[in-house]
Amino acid sequence: MFATGIAEEDRKGSYVDRSISRPCNFEISQQSPVTHTQYPYVTGTSVLGIKYKDGVLLAADMAGSYGSTVRYKSIHRLKAVGSHAVLGASGEISDFQQVTQYLDELVLNDYMWEDGNKLGPQEIHSYLNRLMYNKRNKFDPFWNSLVLGGVENGQKYLGVNMIGVHYKDNHVATGFGNHLARPMFRNEWREDLTLEEGVKLLEKCLLVLFYRDRSSINKFQIAKITEEGVVISEPFALKPNWDFKAFHNPTLGADGSW
Amino acid sequence: MSSIGTGYDLSVTTFSPDGRVFQVEYAAKAVDNSGTVVGIKCKDGVVFGVEKLIVSKMLLEGSNRRIHAVQRHAAMAMAGVAADGRQIVSRARAEANNYENFYGDEIPIKELCDRVASYVHLSTLYWWLRPFGSAAILGGYDRDGPQLYMIEPSGVAYRYFGAAVGKGRQAAKTEIEKLKLSELTCREGVKEVAKIIYGIHDEAKDKAFELEMSWICDETNKVHQRVPADLLEEAKAAAKAALEEDMDAD
Repeated sequence: MFATGIAEEDRKGSYVDRSISRPCNFEISQQSPVTHTQYPYVTGTSVLGIKYKDGVLLAADMAGSYGSTVRYKSIHRLKAVGSHAVLGASGEISDFQQVTQYLDELVLNDYMWEDGNKLGPQEIHSYLNRLMYNKRNKFDPFWNSLVLGGVENGQKYLGVNMIGVHYKDNHVATGFGNHLARPMFRNEWREDLTLEEGVKLLEKCLLVLFYRDRSSINKFQIAKITEEGVVISEPFALKPNWDFKAFHNPTLGADGSW
Repeated sequence: MSSIGTGYDLSVTTFSPDGRVFQVEYAAKAVDNSGTVVGIKCKDGVVFGVEKLIVSKMLLEGSNRRIHAVQRHAAMAMAGVAADGRQIVSRARAEANNYENFYGDEIPIKELCDRVASYVHLSTLYWWLRPFGSAAILGGYDRDGPQLYMIEPSGVAYRYFGAAVGKGRQAAKTEIEKLKLSELTCREGVKEVAKIIYGIHDEAKDKAFELEMSWICDETNKVHQRVPADLLEEAKAAAKAALEEDMDAD
């Protein structure tokens, strides 16, 4: 794998017997397939995505949770892929970083052809699907829900991918966003949303997620993809309102709670 | 200069009594017989130009690519056996990719040159491999600025201000030496390279040729690109005009 490294088998004097490195099982029953450690460690929460009049908007917060602790507060969960697509991820952050490395390689190899063609968001999504599905079949999945938004030839694209299940829609969300944001999208989304309306809708949902999702923080990024290209905003905060009556005495009616 | 190495030229692992490895020299001959490839390092980047001799009228214009991007910040222009050249480019891309995966940054041009030269040299060490019949002019732009290298079939690689290989290399080198490269911008360099290639093309011996040019400079944001069509046309027109001036002068 590395130019400077030497494969174990080739190193003089060391003989690695592959057959004994797997766990030995003398029982007659079938050996279960080799699996890899698969629980996530540092995770990101919801990603939201909507199509609007001129393109696609994606939104995510910048938190990386280590279990119940919000440990990292400047994780970039939205990443540009090529010139006309953005990938957002929830789930294991290190897996997301690996996926983006694969995508960078994919985009670079496409660039090096120098033939005037470029991979569009649909093709990148297909590639992601193969990546996720193949890893899942080896019992070694990327622990992510990926959202890919992009624009190609005026066609807006918005797709989700998780363990190789993929689908596309006019508005998508991952994780908690599915429960809290999608109902709001279903009520308020229109094909001809302007940029301002789209951002306002996303911000409304992000705020609700901040109120109700314990792994989210008040620090967000919104990515805009149009025919002109990709713009990912600087981190920004929203103004939460803690004056709701329900927040004044949250345990009213809940005896025994504190 | 060329001598028959009877008996000592059958294998790349055989030295001749006067210390030459003939197989490697023969490989270099394959490069010498190909169309000229020129590379220059200007003050803000590098420019490549290739005299692509057209072997058949049926060939589509723009086919038979000779300049290949290696990552975004570097490119190689190949001379000699085309298939060998493709293999070298493939290896260069793999090395650059490996470096980026390992170190997280674009490969420095010097490092890339070292790795490619090692690979080319490798094929001169074993009797079951034949040397590559191509030379590569490698140019790129990293944090040390623009750089130009040339890797020969022997595995030797040097850094250059200006380099030329192929049929018209002697004439091309003479022309390059006349240029004040440290003051030339890449825009001007493109015109100069076009002039050089048109100038050294031998109308009598070889019929038609197609000019392929590319550059990596500040103007392209340090990224490899084909020279844009309008600039290329300008350069070709200027080159043809210069040719006619010379002919009139004669």
